[in-house]
Amino acid sequence: MTNHSYNYNQSAAPQASERENDLPQADHFPAISGGLAKRIIPCLDVKDGRTVKGVNFVDLRDAGDPVELAWQYSQQGADELVFLDITATHERRKTMVELVKAVARQVNIPFTIGGGINEIADADILLNAGADKISINSAAVRSPELVNELANAFGKQFVVVAVDTKNINGKNLVHLNGGRIPTDIETKKWIKEVEERGAGEILLTSMDHDGTKGGFDNTLLKKINDSISIPLIASGGAGSEQHFIDVFKLTNVDAALAASVFHYGEILIPDLKAKLKKENIEVRF
Amino acid sequence: MAEESNLQYQNSVQTDEGKKTGIISYGAGNIFSLTAALERQNIPFGMIYSPEEFDQYDRYIIPGVGHAGAAMQKLEESRMIEKIKSTSKPVLGICVGMQLLTDFSEEGNAHLLSIAPLRTRHFDETLQIKVPHTGWNKVCSQFENELFNDIKDGTYFYFVHSYFIEFNPTFTLAFADYGVKFSAALKKNNFYGVQFHPEKSGEAGEKILKNFSEL
Repeated sequence: MTNHSYNYNQSAAPQASERENDLPQADHFPAISGGLAKRIIPCLDVKDGRTVKGVNFVDLRDAGDPVELAWQYSQQGADELVFLDITATHERRKTMVELVKAVARQVNIPFTIGGGINEIADADILLNAGADKISINSAAVRSPELVNELANAFGKQFVVVAVDTKNINGKNLVHLNGGRIPTDIETKKWIKEVEERGAGEILLTSMDHDGTKGGFDNTLLKKINDSISIPLIASGGAGSEQHFIDVFKLTNVDAALAASVFHYGEILIPDLKAKLKKENIEVRF
Repeated sequence: MAEESNLQYQNSVQTDEGKKTGIISYGAGNIFSLTAALERQNIPFGMIYSPEEFDQYDRYIIPGVGHAGAAMQKLEESRMIEKIKSTSKPVLGICVGMQLLTDFSEEGNAHLLSIAPLRTRHFDETLQIKVPHTGWNKVCSQFENELFNDIKDGTYFYFVHSYFIEFNPTFTLAFADYGVKFSAALKKNNFYGVQFHPEKSGEAGEKILKNFSEL
């Protein structure tokens, strides 16, 4: 946003109508649709209302305050935020609601909250507190019907299904509890299933790449992205700006999520977006 | 994000004094983020639950999330349709609230308010695009208008929707391209609508709300 007043001049109108006539036919439409920006999403782990991973921003007054951190990220040009609540106490629901309300009051970009959402009532209370989306992971595997119920109750745009995947003997298998518990569910099959059940978006984390800073799992991400018609968020492995360029160019995913590279200031969002733009990847400034 | 502003939010209860913008409360979706955005912009507002409360406001916002057909039904139950259709004060429909201003939605094959002679359609699967349309999309202006005052052409706004209002050379105020060119904003007389979520669209979205509050 600049302060310049846009000149809505007369010449804009004829250009617009020319453009309408020039619209390509549906089957010629490019895979990357004009106008929709690729999203950059910082992920914040929260426990008892405080961010848990170290954060290294120079101008933060309180690095443990998720609301201040969220606000900083929105100012830097983050397109969206994900909060992962890992509170284990029975106070969890209360602290999550307080967090969501505080973020919704102060932050003017969309955000998703995940962690410990097991039933409609959990989601309902978070929606009313101002969450744009909720993310479910293990609860969906344990009870796949939950995806249908959430989509029916709140609309699919509200329902993100997070999937943690790990390669076991050449097979990509869904894992639970932050990647600790393997299942025998094949990742692609599971993602197709939750799409059918009403998921509005998939957040796919490769446990093989997560924490390595060696880049996203582009092979898997491309395979999944090509097989679904809902947005896909790539997660796990971001270590450099080039990794973001690669994931968008090689897989055409809709968004890329990372935590530590942003929190420690190793990658600054404005610099990253400038790089992506230079590579002709559409980003929002 | 100073501590002062925290206090201000806490104090920003809806009193009867200084009300200007009335939010049509008909039960279609959560409006916490919308009211938070209005508070951040110091825009006075109140909630309208019945037609009797309608006339005390200068302007109206019709929010809406979810199913257009279901939203229309709830609006009918609220008994506010006549008030909305007959008002000459500025009205802003947001997302499904904007779609309600059209004739018809393919979502539930619902007949809507028919304020603008437009149709709300589903994104065609043959366009090879992902649905819901989720994220920040470039918005280009079609006509000079006070709603987009001080907003640069080509600014990104946050969208999340599966149904869109078709482009129309008369009523489309600003358009977006997502496989198909559609109405990102519309205007007919005193009625405005935005398909994106101004309350989630950063500073540009807040500017839209501010501009509307000054119409």
